[in-house]
Amino acid sequence: MTNVVACIDGSSTSPAVCAYAVWASKRLNAPLKFLHVLEKTDTPVQTDLSGNIGLGSREALLKELTELDEQRGKLLIEHGRHMLEAAKAQALAKGIEHPICQQRRGDLVDTLRELEAEIRLLVMGKQGEDGDSLGDHISNNLERVVRTMHRPILVSPHDFVEPKSFMIAFDGSPTTRKGIEMVAGSPLFAGLPCHLIMVGNSSAEMQERLRWASTMLESAGFEVVTQIIAGEVKHVLCDYRDAHDIGMVVMGAYGHSKIRQFLVGSTTTKMIRHTSKVPLLLLR
Amino acid sequence: MFKSLQHHWFSNIRGDVLAGIVVALALIPEAIAFSIIAGVDPKVGLYASFCIAVVIAFTGGRPGMISAATGAMALLMVTLVRDHGLEYLLAATLLTGVIQIIFGYLKLGSLMRFVSRSVVTGFVNALAILIFLAQLPELNPATPGVTWHVYAMTAAGLAIIYLFPYVTKKIPSPLVTIVVLTGIAMYLGLDIRTVGDMGELPDTLPIFLWPDVPLNLETLAIIFPYALSLAVVGLLESLMTATIVDDLTDTSSDKNRECKGQGVANIASGLMGGMAGCAMIGQSIINVKSGGRTRLSCLTAGVVLILMVVFLDDWVSQIPMAALVAVMIMVAIGTFSLSSVANLRHHPLSSSVVMIVTVIVVVATHNLAFGVLAGVLLAGLFFANKVGQFMLVRSEVNEDGSLRRYQVIGQVFFSSSEKFVAAFDFKEAVDKVVIDLTHAHFWDITAVTALDKVVVKFRREGTEVELIGMNEATATIVDKFAVHDKPDAVDGLMGH
Repeated sequence: MTNVVACIDGSSTSPAVCAYAVWASKRLNAPLKFLHVLEKTDTPVQTDLSGNIGLGSREALLKELTELDEQRGKLLIEHGRHMLEAAKAQALAKGIEHPICQQRRGDLVDTLRELEAEIRLLVMGKQGEDGDSLGDHISNNLERVVRTMHRPILVSPHDFVEPKSFMIAFDGSPTTRKGIEMVAGSPLFAGLPCHLIMVGNSSAEMQERLRWASTMLESAGFEVVTQIIAGEVKHVLCDYRDAHDIGMVVMGAYGHSKIRQFLVGSTTTKMIRHTSKVPLLLLR
Repeated sequence: MFKSLQHHWFSNIRGDVLAGIVVALALIPEAIAFSIIAGVDPKVGLYASFCIAVVIAFTGGRPGMISAATGAMALLMVTLVRDHGLEYLLAATLLTGVIQIIFGYLKLGSLMRFVSRSVVTGFVNALAILIFLAQLPELNPATPGVTWHVYAMTAAGLAIIYLFPYVTKKIPSPLVTIVVLTGIAMYLGLDIRTVGDMGELPDTLPIFLWPDVPLNLETLAIIFPYALSLAVVGLLESLMTATIVDDLTDTSSDKNRECKGQGVANIASGLMGGMAGCAMIGQSIINVKSGGRTRLSCLTAGVVLILMVVFLDDWVSQIPMAALVAVMIMVAIGTFSLSSVANLRHHPLSSSVVMIVTVIVVVATHNLAFGVLAGVLLAGLFFANKVGQFMLVRSEVNEDGSLRRYQVIGQVFFSSSEKFVAAFDFKEAVDKVVIDLTHAHFWDITAVTALDKVVVKFRREGTEVELIGMNEATATIVDKFAVHDKPDAVDGLMGH
């Protein structure tokens, strides 16, 4: 649990991912690691539909496919190395001393699961490699990563803006209460003004919970603004974020089961989808 | 889950659909040919190929592998069909599926690790030879309807199969062969054997059908030996094919899921009036070569196959047997491992012997299970012999000749125990011998008995024996079985 790990995939979001990772690494005073995962694509290019097999067909086919994979693999490694080099140069220029670069083969989620023990904070783009054409949609990978990992995940927007303030979406659930403790104990946001928001119709119980959270944060030295706003979660949060020029949104992720998500939709997914300018920090 | 669904089914749609069609075209002649080998109507093999291909697409553990009615399985059914009829074959097919599912749950797929590379190669080559031999009756001049026309047609068929790809690789050459030869035979009105002469073709989709056999122990006694052979051979060929596809595509597969999947597919086949089947080496290679990678290609192959056969049955029945023979010879040639012949000279003699014995036993018995059994046993014996050579006993005597120190190094077990005993000199008159076992390992009771024998023999000569340095594993097995420290048992050992 030591490193800030940034997933670099060569999409147009990668520079921003890199910049946020540098920012977090400096604030947390944690080593920075750039990760590039080579996912295997097994789509054959040439089509031989002749449908015949002769002596030595299997050997010849194995040789041909191996050569094809070899060429493709070399290109991918080379390409990935260039991306990592670029990220490393960017980090060095901003004063990170020893950024680490790592290339792994395999599935992104499996790889991250293997590395989970060393990850303190994971930084990812909202969309994957082919995400530039996805519009508002989030990549399939991101949701799987968020559901699998038990570490904080910073979802980066397309461009980097240094956060000057942050807002916590608080609902009083055990996940977000733990999140408050995490924020209070972490140097990541130290010194930034904090907006603590609850969504719903104000009640004594909610105010009680909100008071607990703000006391917790204030005792950690934060300057806290609290608000209870009624309305639909996503709208309230996005409107507040835009109205107060918030630099980062902190929230718990996927508190409910997949079945519930299928039926009523997930607030987390909606929030990620509407993260176009401001980064989102997801706490599990 | 969504991601794996997408990955296993729709990550390569164009390639899979095209490959599935190519495979279906090659499956039709094979399914018909294998039905004829088994002695049943072509529709039994065609229904089987449809059911197995469609079901395994969902239940199998190796995407991109093609399963259907196969020659290896058909050869095992010949006597069952001849002596008891089709209904017993269907019942045996159901039982085969059940046995395979049980094997899958018992994780017997992992037993494949005892099947060495040489045995796999022998299996593949034997299969190729069997498929080829099964075509010979169609080329035997004694068979009614076999004239010089048949030889000419078969030769022309092979020429088209192997030369047409030089013209274009967009159309499967076996299909061209079948269409051209059927056209020639119909145009010239040749009086040669056609698929229609071989039995009934399907004219409808398969329907659910419980085998019409009495449900009693007598039936079980008839079908069980066949079902067991079918289950074993089916899994062997499927797992070997899965390994080949693993190698070709550089991906991994779930072998135990494949065992269960084959079982489910066979049960489905049996209930739909089809024979038992398994994965096909030749077809799987064709599939990968044509660009098929996911489950979709096997599903497409099954569906296209049944649609073509049901809607084109009048045309299918006109296909001359010579065209099928040409396609099957191609399959036999393509299944044969060329490198295994080239490697005969480079590989160790023992591996070559294992491979050749596997082939000989299969060709002699027409049962691939016996060949694999022979190969595995032989490979095991060769291995035991080799490891047995890693045993050495050194000795030195002290200055006044009263003490001899033996040092045992290496593996002591049934194969090396005789050599172990022979290494001690019982005629030498010394006061004491020390046997140092620090670098030895005792594997089985044969080895322990041999050590006992040595100790007891020395003792009876009046020589004191000391054992030192037994490592832990040796100590466990010696403690469990040894008798030399139990005086009463000594007489028993020495055979009094």
